[in-house]
Amino acid sequence: MLVHTAFGRAEQIARHWAASGCPIVIHSDKSVPRKTYAAFKAKLSDLPDVRFAKRHRCEWGTWGLVAATQEASQIMLAEFPEVRHVYLSSGSCLPLRPVQELIDYLTERPHTDFIESATTADVPWTMGGLDHERFTLRFPFSWRKNRYLFDRYVALQRLVRFKRRIPNGIVPHMGSQWWCLTRQTLSAILEDPERASYDRYFKKVWIPDESYFQTLARLYSRQIESRSLTLSKFDYQGKPHIFYDDHLQLLRRSDCFVARKIWPFANRLYDAFLTDVSSAMKRTEPNPGKIDRIFAKAVERRTRGRPGLIMQSRFPVEGRENGLTCAQYSVFEGFTDLFENFEAWLSKTTTTRVHGHLFAKERAEFSEGQTVMNGALSDSATLRDYNPQAFLASLIWNTRGERQCFQFGPRDVQDIEWEIAKDHNAQISVITGAWAVPLFKSNRNFSDIRQEAALLQQIESEHLKTLRSPWTKARVRIWSMAEFIEAPMEPLQTIIDEIGQQSLRGLAEVPKMSDLTGFGQFLQNLKNQGMHPYLMGDFPVSHGQGEAPLSQPKPYLVR
Amino acid sequence: MGNGMEALKHLRKAYRMRWKRRRLLYRAFRKRRQLKPVTNRTAQIAADDILVFSTVRNEMVRLPHFLEHYRALGVRHFLMVDNDSDDGTRAFLAQQSDVSLWTTPASYKLSRFGVDWLTWLQRQYAHDHWCLTLDADEILIYPHHDTRPLRALTEWLDSHGRRSFGAMMLDMYPKGPLNAQTYVTGEDPFSILNWFDGGNYMIQRKDDLENLWIQGGPRARQFFADRPKRAPTMSKTPLVKWRRGYAYVSSSHSLLPRMLNHVYDDQGGEKTSGILLHTKFLHTIVEKSAEEKHRQEHFANSELYDTYYDGLTQNPDLWCEGSTKLISWRQLEAMGLMSKGNWV
Repeated sequence: MLVHTAFGRAEQIARHWAASGCPIVIHSDKSVPRKTYAAFKAKLSDLPDVRFAKRHRCEWGTWGLVAATQEASQIMLAEFPEVRHVYLSSGSCLPLRPVQELIDYLTERPHTDFIESATTADVPWTMGGLDHERFTLRFPFSWRKNRYLFDRYVALQRLVRFKRRIPNGIVPHMGSQWWCLTRQTLSAILEDPERASYDRYFKKVWIPDESYFQTLARLYSRQIESRSLTLSKFDYQGKPHIFYDDHLQLLRRSDCFVARKIWPFANRLYDAFLTDVSSAMKRTEPNPGKIDRIFAKAVERRTRGRPGLIMQSRFPVEGRENGLTCAQYSVFEGFTDLFENFEAWLSKTTTTRVHGHLFAKERAEFSEGQTVMNGALSDSATLRDYNPQAFLASLIWNTRGERQCFQFGPRDVQDIEWEIAKDHNAQISVITGAWAVPLFKSNRNFSDIRQEAALLQQIESEHLKTLRSPWTKARVRIWSMAEFIEAPMEPLQTIIDEIGQQSLRGLAEVPKMSDLTGFGQFLQNLKNQGMHPYLMGDFPVSHGQGEAPLSQPKPYLVR
Repeated sequence: MGNGMEALKHLRKAYRMRWKRRRLLYRAFRKRRQLKPVTNRTAQIAADDILVFSTVRNEMVRLPHFLEHYRALGVRHFLMVDNDSDDGTRAFLAQQSDVSLWTTPASYKLSRFGVDWLTWLQRQYAHDHWCLTLDADEILIYPHHDTRPLRALTEWLDSHGRRSFGAMMLDMYPKGPLNAQTYVTGEDPFSILNWFDGGNYMIQRKDDLENLWIQGGPRARQFFADRPKRAPTMSKTPLVKWRRGYAYVSSSHSLLPRMLNHVYDDQGGEKTSGILLHTKFLHTIVEKSAEEKHRQEHFANSELYDTYYDGLTQNPDLWCEGSTKLISWRQLEAMGLMSKGNWV
């Protein structure tokens, strides 16, 4: 049992093991003050089968931990000849199941060594980008205290292509520091005639406590179970996860024999597992899977975060967002201009939430005229334009689980266009030139109309450039108005299919298209005034000169 | 070439920030005589105690719950500055066995909203302690706060090499006019203030101090919709493993040295963070706002905030259809207002 802090708990654990008849050898870190150590020793003096090993300085990732383990193991093997399995544990380990269950488990498997042991090529959890190199370079400098020298020295060795020879062709293996070895295997490792050369070699390996026994056990073990009986989880920085009171149920359900690291003040855990014998569990195999999943998720949360969430402790620089928004949404441009009841139709046809022009100059036109949306998002244009990106990300985040659709067009505030274009969650459908329809319908002086048409056309053509740029990640579909009205059902069906939330009966109803009688002439008038409307495509002038149209019925009802 | 220029700019900024920090420390030093000790129990402070630093003025209504909350989390000592209270705050605090109290009649605004005083106290008493810098209307919660005391958090932060912990302010408000429900001193304020704005926050990263500037919430929505730039700052870094040379720059929104402001991840991940539940909007706010407007002690350009105070004195209802009812920290975590990060 390796101890370096929380001696009260260590004592408690030692007594727990001893109560079930397990002899214990304790190693305490040399950096512990002599007085503390003496007091600790004195407290355990009433236990007959407790021994104390010579103290080594145990800094993380250094040889001291291995030396301490060797020392303690030798005492254990020499002084307690009846011992068959030796379990390496620490002062912050907590037995989760009655010790007798562990004893029975090991008695049933008398020749099995439980030690996690994998070759470097097979482990994903190496730290600092050093996997095989930890066995072929030298590491005289501390990673914790002297990171600069550590890194420089590694770089230097790489530069001169320095490579250590691995003695006797052993194959380096790595794994959890916490093992349980049989007397045969452990003594074979410690009594190996080549031990001096192995020790010399591993002294300069990085983190030898995770590789010394793991490698050498492979030489002697009759039967290796490559897993640790100690439940021990590490986060992405190689720091051990700590268990607190609220992990009680989780630990109970894990069926593991021992867990670390336990927070020394987790009274509920210590009380529950050390005193509560009645909670004895079934004879099941340890099952750390549930805990594994939770901790894997935690790493994911810490390193990748929740996509589309911008908050006080997640604020990615450009390019690291992993999605500007958290869910797919649809942007429609020109549809409300061309169709009279598009929004109502869309919300009826799909089960999405359909907003008006969210980026309109006056206010954010939330669905159903709401002035405030989920998350107390206000419809104030000033607030929205203060940080349009946050507005959009918040809207999509706040309504998770319900697809959002909104209208956009050249009359809106354009600041958001790049954010939408770069967002792979956006589905953008554009009918170009449809902005001219409201002008066509309006009762305004023609010179004003001409002026506004020119402006809108300019804005939309800039916008189209954005949508067609190589940085655009949204799924963009663009039709000119003339193209669209020729066969409107097909594009509509495509868009609805892609949204994938169609209500059951297919496109039973169709949106009602505006009456475009005379639109061709309207465009011609604009041309005659010196403007060049081109985004809507070609509309023959003949339509709506009062004559009956040649082929299409009026109004343009989609069928 | 470009890199060289970049590095030079970096150095210049670092140098400027260094001097800024020294100026702040010097300010605090000059203000030291404004503080008169009432009860100094700092001799009780043990080596790894977690400390609270706070400047208060007429907070008798909130203090009993405030002290109780932080004692329960494991705070061992409170170092408080009483800024000329006349409601019994001083006598109350002087009686508390874990409070050291100073008093001053000097200007709150000229002391940079109490920060100069606290900086001076922190320089003397906070070195190497985890310390919380708070207002009396700020109640800190963090992931697992109901099962893990503050010490579990600070030890975990220590083990991950973090010296500061961010906790955004969340304005809590009642449903209905602010003074419709009367808060009884000592009770849980969140049985009345149990609504909040869940998702209307706007964040910018500040170039100089590298902190996040968060605005939003009911005040931005209701009083600053026409000038969002003036909306109150919601970001805070209240929990810091203090060193003598540290200094808060403006309230507890940002600090120097700048690395303490890096309480967020900018590579897409989430760091662990908490929430300061803001109990500003108890029924007393209506009366107090009239006084604050008159005193002009709370904002740098106080006259710009007249309409804000006027709004509050009219006893408004901050609740709206989009408000969220407070249930638990897990709710706040799931909504993304704070994050567990990898502390599970």
